[in-house]
Amino acid sequence: MNQYSTWRYLAIFGSVLIAMLYAIPNLFGEEPAVQISSAYAREAKIDDNTQKTVDDILKNTNVTPKRIERDDKQILIRFKDTDEQLKAYTALKNGLSGFVVAQNLASTTPNWLLAIGAKPMYLGLDLRGGIHFLMAIDMQTAIRQDEERFSQEFRNLFREEKTRYKTVQRNTQGGVFISFVDVASRDKAVGLIKNRYSDLLVKTIDEPENFNATFTYTPQALKQIKDTAVEQNLTTLRNRVNELGVSEPVIQRQGEDRIVVQLPGIQDTARAKEILGSTATLEFRLVGEEGASSQQMKNREGQPVWLKRSVIVTGDQISHASSGVDHQSGRPAVMVRLDGKGAKRMYETTKENVKKPMAVLFIEHKVTTSMVDGKEVKNRQKVEEVINVATIQEAFGQNFQITGLSQNEAVNLALLLRAGALKAPMEIVEERTIGPSLGKENINQGVNSIIVGFVLVVIMITVRYRLFGMIANTALFLNVIMLVALLSIIQATLTLPGLAGILLTIGMAIDANVLIYERIREEIKIGNTPQACIYAGYEKAWATILDSNVTTLIGGLALFSFGSGPVKGFAITLCLGILTSMFTSVTISRAMTNWFFGGKKLTKLSV
Amino acid sequence: MKGLFNILRMSSYHEFNYCFMDKHRRTVWAAISTSLILISIGSFLMKGMVLGIDFTGGTLLEVQYSQGADLNKIRDTLQNGGYKDAMVQYFGSSHDVLIRLGLREEKNSQMISHEILKLLTTDQNQVMMRRVEFVGPQVGKDLIEGGLWAMLYTTIGILIYVAVRFEKRFAASAIIAMLHDPIIIIGIFSLFGLEFDLTVLAAILAIVGYSLNDTIVVFDRIRDNLLKMRKETTEEVMNVSINQTLVRTIMTSWSTLVTVLALFFVGGDLIHGFALALIIGIVVGTYSSIYVASAAALWMGVKRADLMPVTSKENALDRHS
Repeated sequence: MNQYSTWRYLAIFGSVLIAMLYAIPNLFGEEPAVQISSAYAREAKIDDNTQKTVDDILKNTNVTPKRIERDDKQILIRFKDTDEQLKAYTALKNGLSGFVVAQNLASTTPNWLLAIGAKPMYLGLDLRGGIHFLMAIDMQTAIRQDEERFSQEFRNLFREEKTRYKTVQRNTQGGVFISFVDVASRDKAVGLIKNRYSDLLVKTIDEPENFNATFTYTPQALKQIKDTAVEQNLTTLRNRVNELGVSEPVIQRQGEDRIVVQLPGIQDTARAKEILGSTATLEFRLVGEEGASSQQMKNREGQPVWLKRSVIVTGDQISHASSGVDHQSGRPAVMVRLDGKGAKRMYETTKENVKKPMAVLFIEHKVTTSMVDGKEVKNRQKVEEVINVATIQEAFGQNFQITGLSQNEAVNLALLLRAGALKAPMEIVEERTIGPSLGKENINQGVNSIIVGFVLVVIMITVRYRLFGMIANTALFLNVIMLVALLSIIQATLTLPGLAGILLTIGMAIDANVLIYERIREEIKIGNTPQACIYAGYEKAWATILDSNVTTLIGGLALFSFGSGPVKGFAITLCLGILTSMFTSVTISRAMTNWFFGGKKLTKLSV
Repeated sequence: MKGLFNILRMSSYHEFNYCFMDKHRRTVWAAISTSLILISIGSFLMKGMVLGIDFTGGTLLEVQYSQGADLNKIRDTLQNGGYKDAMVQYFGSSHDVLIRLGLREEKNSQMISHEILKLLTTDQNQVMMRRVEFVGPQVGKDLIEGGLWAMLYTTIGILIYVAVRFEKRFAASAIIAMLHDPIIIIGIFSLFGLEFDLTVLAAILAIVGYSLNDTIVVFDRIRDNLLKMRKETTEEVMNVSINQTLVRTIMTSWSTLVTVLALFFVGGDLIHGFALALIIGIVVGTYSSIYVASAAALWMGVKRADLMPVTSKENALDRHS
């Protein structure tokens, strides 16, 4: 009685071994490192030349790295302390262009473990320090931008197709409103637009003198625009974070219109916010005269400047930008390279307008939410500023430069133009910054409380259940190992509440063994033989263990589905802990019991 | 504590025979539970909760001073800097200071943390930013909504599971015991003005699971015994069942309690509210699974006959003994 077949012992022993193997990486520490990767896939590649440049820079700064690892995507340089890391980081950042240089903590897990996919747990920001942002996309502004663009395109279209119209304007409550003098031109216009824009809905209203049409997005188009806006913003944010030089950033969509950005190790929140949230872009327009075909703007000194309505080139058509100094004036400048289409337009326009002034318009959308009388109020702000007006000396196309900015602004603008524009403005709705020292403290306190809690439980269980208690304690220890292994394998984010979840699991996991042992004691009382007691104890307790764990799991899953950030970390460890504890405290403890007592003549049970 | 030591020293053959379920005791405990719940609801309505910035929105900063910090001076500095609503307090030690700000109507609410650090670093004392949390007004609303949904899903899920595995009256009683605990935790947090933040909400949802776990174990035994002990009344069967599971209840609640106590005393200040909610929850949850759940089941008139359809399953389990 109470004997398992050899293969069953082997299978259980094997699963324990595998769990230990995947839990081991968490015992290794981390060492300071600098990570070099190419900014964008299409640009600079990591090759022998890069390696040589890096070696030279390191030699010149008198820093000897511990080890250099290289693959197609990155070079990882490990140092023996943070001083050397910082020295090398500063030198590499200044010396390498076209690459992202980031400070990093690299795990010292040996390669043979990494080769089988064993990695340490992924620590959340509250344990390693860094910034967490939750950003909400303001779709209304995105749609308004589209509608403004449509208005412009409709005017152009009507001009080309010689259709007479009275006004084209954006409705304040949404939609593009067009009014015509007669039915014929309206119908023609509606036909023209319908042919070209399949995602617009038209509504016509006739008044005595006016024949009107209003165009709005179809519901399907709205949904699609939302998705593309989120996608584009994700890409843009990734590019921008690359430019900031962060190792292991997390940039993910959350829900319908939110994006989570996590930047481990970054402390300079001000710059991060400036870069991430900025919607800054440029427009190049000719300076016009006061009148209907022009728009009044202000320059940086606040004086009015009249710009022609039609835009020559927008920020999207800039394919590369870098900051530098204008050789003639010595002022900060942004060197711009246009894409093919933009370059062609720029060349055509400048050729026809030599000796005329052209302006660079800086545009930025800002959204903030504040509470006024208990209600949310969104403040949308559009900042438009003429940063520079210059006379076109001769026709130019692909390459030129912009001046009129401070050094800092030039650096930031170049970065933003390079990384691409955000489709819709974003607002930071949640920010959490944890300093690195606090992160370390959190880990230490969390791990210490797990150790203290574990020892206390072990003492209690040993005192009450003696020899069987030792089996339960071993199972409990294996439960922690299995949980850690599972968290490492799925690379779930471990947070401080997650550590608390591990601790709570320890306290609750022992319940299964308590249930089993109390059942065994009851069987002893009835006067059954020891082997029958063990058997009945495990069999009878199983239904109870299953019921109680399933109900706890239901609660854990609900917590997981609603939770965000730290709470999710707690829910994950709790749910996984319930699953592993069922395995360790029932299957593994049973296997151990069978191994020690199964098939032997027992007169007394130490339970 | 004494109870735990007694259990730890007790021989295997000791049997409990406390009287839990007689009419008199049931009435007393029902009165105590009802008044606790009424006090909790009353306090919630009159005093409300001290909500953390997770729910209200606002900014929270934890800064560390190289020397002991002077709270009054910090308050003055902030007042002069235009932060009239700043709440300043020590956090753990006299070096660590917690600063709380409400939501602001000015547009630059996102840049507050930098301004404050700038204001404070002009002092002779060196200041280090330990933690910044900014939560916009939209987020809190979503959280409360999400929390309520999670609670609802849990309730429905458990109702279905217990109704299928046991019986509908057991399910209803389990839900009553399950709702009993969060109400009292919220009541205690409200009554003593303890800060209710996101982690406390998570703790409450975890307690819901824990307390239910306890209730189910007792119910399981009641179900077993109702089918085995044909002569006794339901009340007597319940009493025996609670006694039989008493050691297990005490062992498990203490083992969970010691781990959470370790968390409270060793886990650091950030996790205090969370650990406290768990401590209250374990105590209340253990009590509720003994008194509230079983008494409610009895009150709803659970009978032996209600469990007959599942007899075949029970026999299948009993076969091994």
